[in-house]
Amino acid sequence: MDTGIDPATGVQALFFYLFSGVLLGSGFMVIAARNPVHSVLFLILSFVNAAGLFMLLGAEFLALILIVVYVGAVAVLFLFVVMMLDVDFAALRQGFLTYLPVGSVVAVVLVSELLVVLGGLGFSPTVEVTPNAPAPEPGEVSNTVALGRLLYTRFVYFFQVAGLILLVAMVGAIVLTLRHKEGVKRQSIAAQVARTPATAIEVRRVEPGRGI
Amino acid sequence: MGGFFSTYVLPVIVMAAWSVLLLVILLVFVAFILYGDRKIWAAVQMRRGPNVVGPWGLLQSFADLLKFVFKEPIIPSGANKGVYLLAPLIASGLALAAWAVVPFDVGWVIADINVGILYIFAISSLSVYGIIMGGWASNSKYPFLGALRSAAQMVSYEVSIGFVIITVLLVVGSLNLTDIVLAQGEGIGTSVGLPSSLLDWHWLALLPMFVVFFISALAETNRPPFDLPEAESELVAGFAVEYSSTPFLLFYLGEMVAVVLMCALATILFLGGWLPPLAVAPFTWVPGIVWFVLKVILVFVMFALVKAIVPRYRYDQLMRLGWKVFLPLSLVMVVVVSGFLMATGQA
Repeated sequence: MDTGIDPATGVQALFFYLFSGVLLGSGFMVIAARNPVHSVLFLILSFVNAAGLFMLLGAEFLALILIVVYVGAVAVLFLFVVMMLDVDFAALRQGFLTYLPVGSVVAVVLVSELLVVLGGLGFSPTVEVTPNAPAPEPGEVSNTVALGRLLYTRFVYFFQVAGLILLVAMVGAIVLTLRHKEGVKRQSIAAQVARTPATAIEVRRVEPGRGI
Repeated sequence: MGGFFSTYVLPVIVMAAWSVLLLVILLVFVAFILYGDRKIWAAVQMRRGPNVVGPWGLLQSFADLLKFVFKEPIIPSGANKGVYLLAPLIASGLALAAWAVVPFDVGWVIADINVGILYIFAISSLSVYGIIMGGWASNSKYPFLGALRSAAQMVSYEVSIGFVIITVLLVVGSLNLTDIVLAQGEGIGTSVGLPSSLLDWHWLALLPMFVVFFISALAETNRPPFDLPEAESELVAGFAVEYSSTPFLLFYLGEMVAVVLMCALATILFLGGWLPPLAVAPFTWVPGIVWFVLKVILVFVMFALVKAIVPRYRYDQLMRLGWKVFLPLSLVMVVVVSGFLMATGQA
């Protein structure tokens, strides 16, 4: 049976349509599901399928980092918060039709922006240069090594700046939420360890029948 | 069509057969590991432990298995049915999936992928979902509290496990598990002229990281003294309160398989995998798989002794240990190890 299709491409295409189909379906369910926890679970399913697409492209490092960071950490905290929120989503959906015009304007703006970005990759002068820059040969090193080499040599300043921005955001979040409550009992490990019998024990002589 | 069959169908069948073989052996091993766990616990408390089913009680785990399977599964009326039944499947399925990349000897691995250690890390970071989903879907107070505790605990200790793995990767220079084991063939011992021995393994060169990894592995798998998600004195059975029969069995199985996986990971990262403790004649005759299994059992005995000896941590102490002790310590070790490698020109 010769269908004219290379089996390798055929199998790849099969998995591509499988992952993309589940990705789109679960992406739709994120906004369609009635229960917010189900929405987050569908979001996680779509992340996993996106990782599957990366895997098909041969970018196994990106795929696994996507799972570790987004599914393993970000989505867990997201799920954590959504489960604890007691939001009445039926009430939130009441004004769906009144908000529809505003929502569609935002959607149109976003879609047109995406089209501009994807359609005109020539806007920035450096964009022309970057894709033509010599990348490591795919056969020589695994893509984890290749990615590391690029990040820590050519793009090292951008990499450091990205890290710095994340650090500032983290410090900001902590500063905004840190409060010292008065009257809360806290355990100070240093104070406990520093205690000696001299500071902790007082020996008193108690007269019979008097008490302390 | 013949080309399609030999290129695609046949390898899939062969790999499926190997996977089934591995799973059967693994599950039988887990059954006996569970028996060993209870026996060690009993010995520390000067009890006999399971001793009725089979000779010396050896078949106790199988009796328990049959008991679970023949009980009636109960689904609470207020439960979110789909998620409730999906949770134990995710818990056990993920724990078993991680074994695909574990090498037992040179070439004895189902999928020898370049990013093996990252794959295991990703799978173990996913395993928290089984517990969160089970706790939430039960629609009950204790399971929910257990699920929240577990989410915070597993995310916290994943950070330090990640840094421990990074130090090992820096030393080895590869994410492939087979490479990590083979890199432990030479090290401190061989640099002073000894034959390849247990002194070369990473546990000695990275001793603080080994301790951090061992304790984080206990926390990551919800083993005592960090079993707060199912602390029976506070939460009855935590996330598993509403589960019975086979769904409970799947949770329990996933937990034990994850524990054995962590033992295997400690063996691969720090105890030289299948390498013999001394590379001279009588030791090198023994097949590598034997050394691997012996080391896994050794790490598990330490897990079991900790369970029997150490009292349960309080929740704030658990968080303090993870964020204020292990995280700074492992961060400093990453800097120290990479600095040492740069200074000695090994990077």
